[in-house]
Amino acid sequence: MSVIKVEEKLYQNRYIVDENRPHIQIKNPELCATECGDQACTFCCPANCYNKEEGGGVSLVTDGCLECGTCRVICQDQDNVSWNYPRGGYGISYKFG
Amino acid sequence: MVEKFDAIVVGAGPSGNSAAYTLAKGGLKILQIERGEYSGSKNVQGAIMYADALEKIIPDFRDDAPLERHIIEQRIWLLGDDSYIGTNYRSESFNSERPNRYTIIRAQFDKWFNEKVREAGALVICETTVTELLRDGSGKVYGVRTDRENGEVHADVVIMADGVNALLARRSDLQKELQPQNAALAVKEIHFIDPALIEQRFQVKGDEGVVIEMMGKVTGGMVGTAFLYTNKESLTIGIGCLISDFKAKGISPYKLLEDLKNHPVIKPLIQGGEVKEYAGHLIPEGGYKAVPQVCGDGWMVVGDAAHLNNAAHREGSNLAMTSGRFAAETLIELKRQGKAPVAANLALYKKKLDDSFVMKDLKKYKNLPEIMHMSPQFFNAYPDLLNGAAHNLFTVDGVDKKSKENQIFKSFAKRRSVLGLVGDAFKLARAFR
Repeated sequence: MSVIKVEEKLYQNRYIVDENRPHIQIKNPELCATECGDQACTFCCPANCYNKEEGGGVSLVTDGCLECGTCRVICQDQDNVSWNYPRGGYGISYKFG
Repeated sequence: MVEKFDAIVVGAGPSGNSAAYTLAKGGLKILQIERGEYSGSKNVQGAIMYADALEKIIPDFRDDAPLERHIIEQRIWLLGDDSYIGTNYRSESFNSERPNRYTIIRAQFDKWFNEKVREAGALVICETTVTELLRDGSGKVYGVRTDRENGEVHADVVIMADGVNALLARRSDLQKELQPQNAALAVKEIHFIDPALIEQRFQVKGDEGVVIEMMGKVTGGMVGTAFLYTNKESLTIGIGCLISDFKAKGISPYKLLEDLKNHPVIKPLIQGGEVKEYAGHLIPEGGYKAVPQVCGDGWMVVGDAAHLNNAAHREGSNLAMTSGRFAAETLIELKRQGKAPVAANLALYKKKLDDSFVMKDLKKYKNLPEIMHMSPQFFNAYPDLLNGAAHNLFTVDGVDKKSKENQIFKSFAKRRSVLGLVGDAFKLARAFR
């Protein structure tokens, strides 16, 4: 099976990146490795912002974020995602939506 | 000195624009705050726009609204592995002077709508994120804080039209958290393609359009649906399933989308297009039982933020526009009567919702989300069985029809058991009655 490259999909989109000010953060990275079983954010996020790390943890890069809120909803049981919208004017800017 | 308005509308999607437009037309001093570059830049929908809801706000919208195609044919398909069985309804009478449904491109449509809001006299500020509601000691809302410098603004009422995540209400404990089984994650792409190919493949001419709603194999046994809509020079294709199901099945949304695009009956329809955008968004799917409190002292909540979405009929933007209009009309009436926007008076907004199709329809299907969630067979086994049955029936192979009927019945009984079939029939009846 060929791997789907989400990055190629995201490449079509317009983003206004707020450098060094990620609007979503993992509160306690250790918790992802030790407490979270399925790490659902790593396969549910439509922009593939979350990735499994070799050490068992999860990394987050918000540059391609579509601001849908899935990770926010899905991580309720662990409550380990600090989720905000980007500052006004930043983030995804849909041309078509 | 902090500036004060009659009302602040947070968000510039269909509900926010409807509220702000109606309020400004009613002569109230309105501030609308949008976090995107422009109205529409953060918004995602299939998208189908229902004319009736907009006509009640802007009767002559057809003069200049950016509409794509009016819909003359609705297809509902149950997909098998390499097949579909379904219904198509097409009517020449949908080619009327005032068509009922249109495909739209939301970023363009919302921008147009927001221009109307400005023309009506509201002050619209974009690129500004509202971070919290301002509330006094009694809990009454008296304004918002934004991420701008000196970003505090006051108003008699704040109308929250901030979309499905409804962060403002949730962070003020005015709403419970969104549950994974009450929200679908949908992903979609827009494919630009020669309009001649659209005309050819969908048998349409001029501005006529076709919409296809799909269920079955493509959602991998999850509760969800897929769609393919025709725009003027593009097609939008997308698929959505409950977040709880994505989590349980371990499937990625973009994997589903790729499978859909490669499905043997879909692929020829979209072939040759150029993808220009990929989007993802949540859809409120909890129905009637998930609708929160919609108003209180100094606040109202409208549209997706109030969970007003009819999943059974794939209607949302009409509920959004109607709720936005109701919230505005409520405020205009109170203002005229000199009544304060406290909970007891704003309850008129709730009454308007209850007396309209908005809550009546949601109430009609109040059991549907739960039943669907507990019954994946409707999204998996049945589309499969029906495709199998059709294939059997339409293959002429020397087997007599009575034996074919038996084979088909057995395939159903084997997959669901006879009692299961009867139970499912009752479930469906209960869900849709």
